[in-house]
Amino acid sequence: MAKTDELSRKVKLPYEGLKSIGSSIICILIGIFIGFIIMAFSAISIKDANPWKGLAYLFAGPFTALDMTMDFGNMIFYTVPLIFTSLSVAVAYKTGLFNIGAPGQFLIGTMFALLVALNINCANNPVAGVFVWILALLVAAIGGLLWGLIPGFLKGFFGINEVIVTIMTNWIAANLFTLVFSSDGLSHLINKGDGKSGYLITTAVTGTGTPDLGLKALTHNSYLDIGIFIAIIIAILCFLLMNKTTLGYSLRACGLNKFSAKYAGMSDRFNVVFVMGLAGALAGLGGAFYYLNPGIEIAFQSIYQNLPAYGFSGIAGAFLANCNPIGCIFAALFIRYINASGTNLASCGYNQYFADIIIAVIIYLSGFTSFFKGLFPSAWKNIKKLFTPKKPPVPDSVNSTEHGRLDK
Amino acid sequence: MNITFILQATILAMIPLMLGALAGAFSEHSGIINLGLDGEMIIGAFVGCIFCRGLIESGAFVKNSQWLYILAMIIAALAGAVFSLLLSFSAIKMKADQTIGGTAINMLAPALVLTFGLLFFNGERIPSKAMFQLNYSTYSNKDFGAAVKANGILKFFFNEVYISTYIVIVLFIILSIWLYKSKTGTHLRACGEHPQAAASVGINVIKMRYLGATLSGAMAGLAGFIYIATQTGTEAESNVGGLGFLALAIMIFGNWKPLWIALGSILFGFVRCLSVIYTSIPFLAALPLPSYFYGMLPYIIVLIVLVITRKKSGCPKAEGIPYEIGER
Repeated sequence: MAKTDELSRKVKLPYEGLKSIGSSIICILIGIFIGFIIMAFSAISIKDANPWKGLAYLFAGPFTALDMTMDFGNMIFYTVPLIFTSLSVAVAYKTGLFNIGAPGQFLIGTMFALLVALNINCANNPVAGVFVWILALLVAAIGGLLWGLIPGFLKGFFGINEVIVTIMTNWIAANLFTLVFSSDGLSHLINKGDGKSGYLITTAVTGTGTPDLGLKALTHNSYLDIGIFIAIIIAILCFLLMNKTTLGYSLRACGLNKFSAKYAGMSDRFNVVFVMGLAGALAGLGGAFYYLNPGIEIAFQSIYQNLPAYGFSGIAGAFLANCNPIGCIFAALFIRYINASGTNLASCGYNQYFADIIIAVIIYLSGFTSFFKGLFPSAWKNIKKLFTPKKPPVPDSVNSTEHGRLDK
Repeated sequence: MNITFILQATILAMIPLMLGALAGAFSEHSGIINLGLDGEMIIGAFVGCIFCRGLIESGAFVKNSQWLYILAMIIAALAGAVFSLLLSFSAIKMKADQTIGGTAINMLAPALVLTFGLLFFNGERIPSKAMFQLNYSTYSNKDFGAAVKANGILKFFFNEVYISTYIVIVLFIILSIWLYKSKTGTHLRACGEHPQAAASVGINVIKMRYLGATLSGAMAGLAGFIYIATQTGTEAESNVGGLGFLALAIMIFGNWKPLWIALGSILFGFVRCLSVIYTSIPFLAALPLPSYFYGMLPYIIVLIVLVITRKKSGCPKAEGIPYEIGER
């Protein structure tokens, strides 16, 4: 008996993980099913709409377009910023903070990165370009960190709710972005060609963009660059930080119960300030990786009107991943996979926003994780019971003799 | 430049914000964090807008635009209430993390609006062709119209205003008093502070939480519709300019109390219109500051005021915690 207990303890953690993955898959399937129902109902009013075809497109993600390789490359590229913003929300949430500030931190990171990368012209010197690129990333992380420290500091030292502060800093960042780039001193960064107005030049001009190491050519001229590898490495680092270090333990303890963490001698002030800085740096890097790509241009003049969607999708990615940093990679990939099917849906009578509905439904269902987990057998032991044949019943005589011996 | 204009603009900016913040407070006092305010506002605005559009196209209410407005407000509130059931179901019945429910609602609403906007109205913006502004030429009573045009005070209250402003102010006062003075309102707040204690004296916590969240959804839907009716020319979109999040911020700013919420939204509404009309104020226009500076000023001021006035948080103690029967 003791042996099986030990065994079940050993397999308990992986089994819990399996249950989480299983419940995520249930969420996804129900989400797609609901999407299918909506498609089927709206097919009544749309001419030549075919819900079955729509369903097939949804499952196929980027693999339905004319140039699948390019669509796939773009999908991976668009995943990178989402991984970063998801990580940003996830680490903060594990520490008990809700970081709606990712859009603002994303913008500040972008601003710092572009200020470095667009001001130093390395068009003729590719090696220097790489160094400037690294510098731009570091500066973006620092910018995001500083922006994240504002809510962290106000929460840690003044006790002001981080939700309100991050909502405010988002809009401040959005206005600041347009303000900085529309100032007179930076007019040389504005793209004056192409008959466009309100756009900045890209890193294609200055040669300081993210290197692609041939990935771009490999995926038929998509935006794909090496950002995805760095994103994965940083997600793993976040996982190690949160789960394998004393600091991470203290952060998570703070998230589970601030007061007992404090009672146990952990500094909740330091934790709050640290994690908001970290979250800011992560979101800032997300912005940098998106806009440092030579193919992506930014309409700086209208930035102040709307917050970037990447910041808010980060909340979705984090929750879909149950705030696990490794899970954020897969959650972000999944969201982009479904999104990639969006544009293809238009060819069978629907529009790209059906994909958004499905993602929203999946996020909604991901709140029911504990309910879905309850559908699985409660422990590994019970699963083993299902597969092991029942032992023959112990003869009564054995029991009675033992009983008798005890009686004596 | 005149004071009347600034005051009227402040009031217009403040009304949806104030109602939205009260919506958030209702939900949180019952124990549910309503992060989905933004989504509920978008849905309210969308449904109200297509309702107006449908009725105007069918030829009804051409003469009585104010009755149409009132009817559309009721429809928008109903839509918000129904949509908020998604949140209350997940938070109360399924005991889900309320932040996730709210986030999902905020994602679902724009997706629904864009999907059905494109499917049925061929556009991401849905104009309703409705104009609800009251000015002296719209009054059917010509003598009253002339009086409004001539008299300064009447002009302030009845020229270039919306009927929704007065409705919201009355509603705000009634609901605030209801929340604090009525029996049901007190029961509702008890469920946000200590649901088990509330249950021990015979209050149905689940019912109260549904009531709080649904009322909150109704108010949010109404606020969203009033926002588009008064500020974007009654055109529904997939966003309400971040109004829902701002309303949440104002709610926290107002320490979850109606009076402070009202004051907070007046302050915020005023600073926010300053960013639009600063050019007509001579001494501000003379300063060499870019317009984006005024764009961020409201948010900076809120942060500063928060740091100065930080006080004991009036945050309901049990908000965000699912109610478990039998837990202590």
